[in-house]
Formats: sequence, C-alpha cells, structure tokens
Amino acid sequence: MRLFSAYLIGIIFGVGISISGMANPAKVLNFFDIAGTWDPSLAFVMGGALVVTFIGYRFVLKRPTPFAANSFQIPTGRAIDARLIGGSALFGIGWGIAGFCPGGALPALGTGVTQVFIFVAALIAGILIARALLTPRNRGMAAT
Amino acid sequence: MTAATEFTPLASLMGGGLIGLSAVLLMAAFGRIMGATGILAGVILPRDMQDFAWRAAVVAGMITGPIIIWLATGTTPDVSVPVSTPMLIVGGVIVGIGVTFGSGCTSGHGVCGMARLSPRSIAATLVFMIATFVTVYIVRHLIGA
Repeated sequence: MRLFSAYLIGIIFGVGISISGMANPAKVLNFFDIAGTWDPSLAFVMGGALVVTFIGYRFVLKRPTPFAANSFQIPTGRAIDARLIGGSALFGIGWGIAGFCPGGALPALGTGVTQVFIFVAALIAGILIARALLTPRNRGMAAT
Repeated sequence: MTAATEFTPLASLMGGGLIGLSAVLLMAAFGRIMGATGILAGVILPRDMQDFAWRAAVVAGMITGPIIIWLATGTTPDVSVPVSTPMLIVGGVIVGIGVTFGSGCTSGHGVCGMARLSPRSIAATLVFMIATFVTVYIVRHLIGA
C-alpha cells in the first residue's frame, strides 16, 4: 500500500509535468529565450506549483509526523556555500544547453522519445561522476 | 531559427498545481521532499532496500504520467527537442554534476525548498535560473546553435 501510494504520487507529478510543458524542451528553452521566441508559460508552472506547495506545506508540517513514516525528512543544511552556488550554476548551464531538467526528463521517458533516454543516461553519468568526486577520499579535490 | 511555442497559461498553471499537489502528498505521507534529483540518486545509488523501494515507485509513477495522458486523450504530451544529440549529452552530464553538487534541482529547490522559504533553496533557484537565461542567450544568440 505504501509503495502503491508512492507510485500514485509519482503519477500525479508525472501528469502535472506533462500538462505543464516542463517535459518539452522546446517550451522550456523558449521560456529562457527572452531575446528570442519567448514563451512565458513556465512562470505559470512555477507559480502554480509554489502556491499549492506553500499552502499545503503549512498545513502538513504542523502535524507531529507524516501519515506513513516516522518523521519529516527536511534538509537541515544552512550554509549557502560554494558547492551550492557552483552546483546550481552548473545545473543552469546544463539545463540551458539541453532543455531538460531531472524532474522534466524522468516523466518524459514515458513518451518513449529516444532523445529523453539519451539525456537521462547522460544525467545519470553526471550524477555518478559528481558522487565519485564527492566521496571522502576525493574530498581534497572537491574542497570548497 | 528556433520555433515558437504556444503560450499556455492555463495548462501550465494546472500542471504546476498538480506538481505542487504531488509535493504536498509526498510530504504528508512520507515526510519527503519531492526532489527529482534526490529521488533519482537514491534509485541509482540505493542506500537500502526500503529507501530504494519508495523512490523507485515514485520514479515509476513519474514515467507513467504521460502514459495516463495518452490513455485519457489519445496523444502523448509534446516532447520537441530543438537541440543536437551532442548537446543533450553534454548538457545532461553537466546537469547531473550540477544538481549533485547543488543538492537539488527545479523540483527540490525551486518548488519544495522555496515553498518552505529555505534561504539555501532561494539562493540555488536564483542562481540556476539566471545561469539558464544566460546560457540560452549565449547558445541561441551569440553562438547561434
């Protein structure tokens, strides 16, 4: 039941992404192309998502625990450090080159379009490379 | 010259609302951030069986999304890729490195983190949004790719 709930939640995300246009690189890249074929739609995606999540979180996080887990796993890191900023800058560069972000690409796999699989394979490779760079014995190289 | 896409305020708003709903439900049920980066990372580098299982279930659901739309409407959502395969690969690797170092992406930082007013997420989102705007400008208008 727990796993089926997680699956359903994934479906809601996947349907939302699909309807919103986040899985469509042409639309995504056009949002960021203010000097060219600008399509403001993505602002509405973010807006809609933020309003719902902001309101929903205020109610949900008042509870002592989640319904099906022992505790809320909220990130506790506070530092706005070089790794956060540098990583985010890289993410933006990659997103601007490929037109896909992780949340947009994963649902897009369900359309069967070959290029999505190519992107996701590269995405996974990038994650593994970064993880390897971040493992303790390599931390000297990735030190911020 | 890149093709224009249709401005779809209503569909985008609705889609965004569903994305938000999934984030709220994941937090309510499992106490987790709906961050595609973390969820994917936990699938390809699993910590333990239980952790892997819920993440894999979420990813499976994400992939099912377009299939649901196809069943309901007869067409799959548009996925128009206006970039070359090398750009997909280079971009993909850079995204993978970036979201791992940055501890999140559009869903994790941009939606969930900002919704709880996390300074880290607000900073991350500002940076990656600006970086994307600049990159697209360079790629489309300076390099002309």
